[in-house]
Amino acid sequence: MVRFENVGLRYGTGAEILKDISFSIERQTFQFLTGPSGAGKTTLLRLILLSLKPTRGQIKLFGNDAAQLDKDTITGLRRRIGVVFQDFRLLDHLTTYENVALPLRVQGREEATYRAEVIELLRWVGLGDRMHILPAVLSGGEKQRAAIARALIVRPELLLADEPTGNVDPTLARRLLRLFTELHKSGTSVVIATHDLTLMDQFEGARRLVLGDSRLHIYD
Amino acid sequence: MSIHKLDLEQAEDDAEHAARHRHHLKRDMPLVPAVSIAGRALVTVIAIMTFLASLTAGAAMLIAETSQDWRQSISREMTIQVRPIVGRDLEADTAKAVEIAQGFPGIATVRAYTKTESEALLQPWLGAGLDLSELPVPRLIVLKLAPGTEFDAAGLQRMLSEKVAGATLDDHRLWLSRLAVMAKTVVVMAALIFSLVLVAMMLAVSFATRGAMAGNREIIEVLHFVGAADGFISRQFQSHFLRLGFRGGAIGGGTAIVVFFVLGTLSSWWRGTPAGDQIEAMFGTFGLQFKGYFLIVLVAAGIAVTTGLVSRIIVFRHLRGLS
Repeated sequence: MVRFENVGLRYGTGAEILKDISFSIERQTFQFLTGPSGAGKTTLLRLILLSLKPTRGQIKLFGNDAAQLDKDTITGLRRRIGVVFQDFRLLDHLTTYENVALPLRVQGREEATYRAEVIELLRWVGLGDRMHILPAVLSGGEKQRAAIARALIVRPELLLADEPTGNVDPTLARRLLRLFTELHKSGTSVVIATHDLTLMDQFEGARRLVLGDSRLHIYD
Repeated sequence: MSIHKLDLEQAEDDAEHAARHRHHLKRDMPLVPAVSIAGRALVTVIAIMTFLASLTAGAAMLIAETSQDWRQSISREMTIQVRPIVGRDLEADTAKAVEIAQGFPGIATVRAYTKTESEALLQPWLGAGLDLSELPVPRLIVLKLAPGTEFDAAGLQRMLSEKVAGATLDDHRLWLSRLAVMAKTVVVMAALIFSLVLVAMMLAVSFATRGAMAGNREIIEVLHFVGAADGFISRQFQSHFLRLGFRGGAIGGGTAIVVFFVLGTLSSWWRGTPAGDQIEAMFGTFGLQFKGYFLIVLVAAGIAVTTGLVSRIIVFRHLRGLS
């Protein structure tokens, strides 16, 4: 599904912030991406999402060599990936409902075809009564759940979540993790970037990708 | 998706819930925020540009139509001038010229100015109350040509030269050519001003689009991440700027229509007064015909569409550049 071969990344002429990164993410797998703050977790997720180009090495996404892809193909591949950003990235002028429905809307689908689905998911993540609200009025946890719902609404083959439980209480964090594990069971590969050890301990069978000193260490 | 099976009770009443929300959900908010200070400023700029472009187009049309009226009326009229020559009877020469003109094909009416009328023509320059009987004032004969017939001006000139000494035919060719040049100059100037206004407006839209993209960089990034194609994103900006363009175009074009309507009404009120007649003679009635108002609507719509297209092209190029 995702394969990195000796990938390196540097900004400008600076030192490499990621060195010789090689790993693969197979279908229906669950992994945590962890490491200290500033280790490059978000950068690695952005490389997977093809929003950054590596300075060396090869990235393959769904069997495609990223270096050979045109923009339209990248767009098509991104539609198979759900992303939860650390800072939520909700659009402030859209309601919770509109934010969650956004990935379906950009695909040109008619609103009537996904309305029930979006409402159902919003209710599931506990935002059933907050769907008319603008993000500015939502709490941090509510924004987090809206961001997660937006990532899930397309039923992605691969879910990338950057610190998805960073702004929620332990109870909700457990519930969100249950959501991710259910998603994993339904066939989605999940990558959760976090440095929350408690969260990782709740899912002991998960693979751990640990970033440190610009390199990736894998613990299966 | 199995997550949706986790809570069966909730899932069962989803349809009912969806139906309840159907009429309350905000579903079609533009993805590019519609309200912004930059947006209002751009609407104002587009309104001003549309107003200026509409005024230019309307004024050019008025002058071109008036010039056309002038040329048509002048070209259907000619003048024979009979100069007094010592030893010849001016009245007899005038009568002879009238007789020749009346018998010439293509002439509908012939009217000779009397001696008194000819002298009255000099009043604006020499003043009233002078005895002009000693002055060699030429006599004028006005010919109106029959519409839809060929007229041989050279033939009439030749006949007059042969039979009436001192008679010349003035077919106003010089006036006509000057009027034609003036009308063409006005139209070219109007086209130039119109083009400049359009270029200025396109530049303003281009700056505004770049500003809007800079201000909405995060929105563009999110749209990319959730799988929006460049075409989709540029369409969002296009429709945003098209809306602004139509709003600005409607305000500018509407104001221009009101201005022309008020000027037309005022000029019709002034008709009959010396100043009003003078203005009407020079510039026409100021009243735009239907096609003039249609032209303004066309200009406003064209500017709105141009606004949308310019923004789409700039956004598309910018997005291509991002890759």
